[in-house]
Amino acid sequence: MRMPEPDAGVVSRRDEIVAKLGAVLPEDALIWDERETKAYDTDALTAYACRPLAVALPRTTEEVSAVMRVCHAEGVPVIPRGSGTGLAGGALPTADAVVLGVSRMNAVLETDYDDRVIRVQTGRTNLSVTGAVEQDGFFYAPDPSSQLACAIAGNIAMNSGGAHCLKYGVTTNNLLGVKMVTVTGEVLEIGGPGMDAPGYDLLGVICGSEGQLGVVTEAWLRILPKPEGARPILIAFDSAATAGRCVSDVIKAGVLPVAIEYMDKPIIHLTEAFVGAGYPMEAEAMLIVEVEGSPAEIDEQLEKIKAIAAPLQPTEMRESSGEAQSAAIWKGRKAAFGATGSVADYLCMDGTIPTSALPEALERIDAVIKRHGLRVANVFHAGDGNLHPLIMFNANAPGELEKAEAAGAEILTLCVELGGCLTGEHGVGVEKRDLMHRQYGADDLDAQMAVKDVFDPAWRLNAAKVFPLDASAERRAG
Amino acid sequence: MIRPGSEAELAEAVAGLSAPIEVRGGGTRGGLGRPVQAAETLTTEGLSGVSLYEPGALTLVAGAGTPLAEVEAALAAEGQRLPFEPMDHRGLLGSEGEPTIGGAVSCNVSGPRRVQAGACRDSLIGVRFVDGRGRAIKNGGRVMKNVTGYDLVKLLAGSYGTLGVLSEVAFKVLPAPEAAATAVLRGLDDAAAVTAMTSALTSPFDVSGAAHLEGETLVRVEGFEGSVAYRAERLAERLGAFGEVELERGVEAAAARWARVRDAAPFQGAPGAVWRVHCRPSDAPAIRAALPGAEAFYDWGGGLIWLRLDEGVGGGVGDGGVGDDGGAAAVRGAAAGRGHATLVRASAAVRASVDVFEPEAAPLARLSEGLRERFDPRGVLNPGRMRA
Repeated sequence: MRMPEPDAGVVSRRDEIVAKLGAVLPEDALIWDERETKAYDTDALTAYACRPLAVALPRTTEEVSAVMRVCHAEGVPVIPRGSGTGLAGGALPTADAVVLGVSRMNAVLETDYDDRVIRVQTGRTNLSVTGAVEQDGFFYAPDPSSQLACAIAGNIAMNSGGAHCLKYGVTTNNLLGVKMVTVTGEVLEIGGPGMDAPGYDLLGVICGSEGQLGVVTEAWLRILPKPEGARPILIAFDSAATAGRCVSDVIKAGVLPVAIEYMDKPIIHLTEAFVGAGYPMEAEAMLIVEVEGSPAEIDEQLEKIKAIAAPLQPTEMRESSGEAQSAAIWKGRKAAFGATGSVADYLCMDGTIPTSALPEALERIDAVIKRHGLRVANVFHAGDGNLHPLIMFNANAPGELEKAEAAGAEILTLCVELGGCLTGEHGVGVEKRDLMHRQYGADDLDAQMAVKDVFDPAWRLNAAKVFPLDASAERRAG
Repeated sequence: MIRPGSEAELAEAVAGLSAPIEVRGGGTRGGLGRPVQAAETLTTEGLSGVSLYEPGALTLVAGAGTPLAEVEAALAAEGQRLPFEPMDHRGLLGSEGEPTIGGAVSCNVSGPRRVQAGACRDSLIGVRFVDGRGRAIKNGGRVMKNVTGYDLVKLLAGSYGTLGVLSEVAFKVLPAPEAAATAVLRGLDDAAAVTAMTSALTSPFDVSGAAHLEGETLVRVEGFEGSVAYRAERLAERLGAFGEVELERGVEAAAARWARVRDAAPFQGAPGAVWRVHCRPSDAPAIRAALPGAEAFYDWGGGLIWLRLDEGVGGGVGDGGVGDDGGAAAVRGAAAGRGHATLVRASAAVRASVDVFEPEAAPLARLSEGLRERFDPRGVLNPGRMRA
C-alpha cells in the first residue's frame, strides 16, 4: 500500500504549526510528543501506521473550527478521527497531517422522545447513544459490531451498518442532520430534527464521505421505540447453498427479520472452541434469524420461518424460548471475530453481493483461498448480502500478509463481478482505495471527486483515501 | 421533444446540446418547482422497463422512464411493493400522463409510510445518470449495503433533474403486508391529534402511518394477520385516552384511506396555493395556528403539514394576480425557525416569482451552487427549476 510523499515544507515547520495550534487550544487538547501520539498512528487496520505531525483533541465545535482555521492558513492536511475502530484505514495519518480526534466531544445535547430525535456530539460512542435513551424505552438502530467503542463521527464517515440494518437501515437512514466544520473552519448546519431538508441532499453525500468533506461535530439522530421483545432461531444445514436458499426463501415469503446472520463450518468450530455456545458442529452452515415483536407476534413469525425452512431439510432448528437461550444462540456469533483472532491473524473483508449469488460467491471465495494456500472463515449479514470472509494468516511469516491481501482483493473483485460492491459497511479508506477502479469507471470516480472539489478545493482533508492515488493525483497536487 | 431510447442516446443528446432543456418523465410532476425556461424538452419515456427484479433479494432495477404503475404491478405480482408509498401528483396538480419511477426519484416523492420506511431516497440503492456534460455516470448498485465511495444516489434523489438526467434507478423493496388496520379517532383538535399520533409513534407497535385530516386522526399498522390484529387492539387501547377509537380492518380499506392522505385528496379540486411544511411534530400545531385562514391537514405524525391558502389569506391565492406571492411570506413567517416550506401548487407566474423551495443558508447555497456547476457546468439541465 502506497501513500503519497508528505509535504516536506509542512513537516519542516512542525514546531511553528504546533505553536499556532497551541495558541488556539487548551494545553491538554494538543499532543505532539511521539510517545503520546503513538496511539493515533493507526486505526483498527493495524497493518499500517504512520506518525502524524500532531494530534488535536478538541472539546467543542469552536475548538474544532479553530484547528481547521490554523491548518487551512498553514496549508496543513487534516485527518479526522472518531474512535479509531475503522477497519479500512480511514483514520491512518500522514506525516504532514494533524489528526483531529473528536473523542472528547461525547455529550448528549438534546433528547426529545415525542419527536423521536436525539442530538449528540459525534465523539459519543454508538452504544452509549442507545444507553442514553434505553431506560425510557428507545434505541438508536445502527449497530456495528464495534458499537461499544466506535464513535458516531466514524459511523457517519463510513455510513456504518450492523446486524440489524436489514430492518432499520444503516446510518444514512437514521441520520437527520449534522453540524459540520468545513476545511476553512466555517461551521455549517445541515438538516435538523425535521425530515427531508430543502435543496440538494448534502447530508446524504456527507454521510459516507469518509472524513473528506468536513469534520462532523454534532448529529441529529432518529431514535425508535424499542420493540416489545426479540427472539432468534438457529437453523443449521448440511450445505452452504441450502442455507443461502433459505435466506432468500424467508425474504421472498414476506418475513422481514431484524437480522439474518450466516456462519460457516470453520467459524462455527472456531467460536465453539472459544466460547462454547453449543453450536451444531457437524453443520456446514447455520443461520441465526431474529424477529421482533410481542411474544405472540414473534411466535407467528418464527412459525412461518420454520415452515419455510423445513422443506429444505435443515439438520437442526433451535428456537429460543427465552432470554438465556437467545443469549446462547448469539454468543458464538458475537465472539466470531475474537475467536478468529485467538488462533490466527486475519483480514476482515466486507464485500456485498446480491443475496441470490450467495452460493456462487461462497464457492468462489473458497477456491480463491485454497489457491493462495490460506484458510477462511465466513460470518456475515446474509439478509443483505454483506459478506465478511475472515482471511486467516500468520503475520510473522514473511509474505503471508501480502498473500492474504492478494486473496482479499480477489474476493472483493468477485463480489463486484457478481453484481455487488467492494464494501458494505466498513468503507474504502486506504484498504480498498486502489480497487475502486474495479467497481467504477474514470467518469464515475470523477463525479465523486467533483463533490470533494466543492467542499475541499485544495484536497487537504483525508485526501489520500477512498480514491485511487492515480485518479486523485492531479487534484491532490492542487 | 428529444426522446432517447437508450442511455447512450441520452448521453449523446445531452453532450450535443447547444441550449437548455427541460427534463421530464411522464410530465405529471412538471408543476413542482419553478418553471423551466427552455425551448426544448427531453423525455426519459424511452428509457423504460424493469431490467432486473429479484424478489428473494428485495431488489428491483428499472429504466428511469418506466411507468410507476408498471413497477408497482411487477412488485405486486410477487407480493412486494415500493416502501416509500410515492404520491400521485395528478389529482392535486391537475396534470395528465403516466408518472414514471425516475420522476418520483427526481422529486424524492415520499408518502405516509415515510415515518416508518423512510423517504424515496432511503429505498434508492443505485442510479445511472447522464450529467450536464453528457457523461454517463453510475453510482451505488443493486445491493442494500454499499459504502463504496460517495453516495451520489442521495444527491441525485430530489435534485429535480438539475444535476443529471436519470437513466436507471435501483431500489430496495419490501414485502407487501397480508393485513392492515387503521385506528380512527374523530373530533380531535390539532394539538390533541398531534399528541395522539405521537403516542402511537412512540409505542412499540411499528406504526406505518399517522395522519390527521378532515376531522379524523388515523394511525396505520401493517404486517401479518395475527400481528396486525394484536397491534391494532393495543393501539386502540392506547389511543382510547383521546376518545372513542374505531378500528378499520383490511388491506383494501387501508389502501383507499391512505391513498387519500398520500395524494392530498382534501385539496384536490379546491383552488388556492398549496404548501408543504416539514417540521418537528411537536411544533406543528403552533405553525398551523399562526395561519388561521389556511386549511390544513397533517401527515407523518405532524412532521408534515399540508396547507391550502384561499384568496386573501397570507397575501395571495397562487393564481398570479397583482402582488400574489402564493402565501410565501405568511407560510415562511409561520414556519420560521421551526421548519421549512415548499410551494407545491401555484400558477407558473407565482412559482417563477417566489422561492418555491425554502432558501438555503448562504454557505449551503454556495455548496449547492458549486455542485450544480460541477455536474452541469453549462447550465443546460432544467435551469431555474430549483432556484432562480
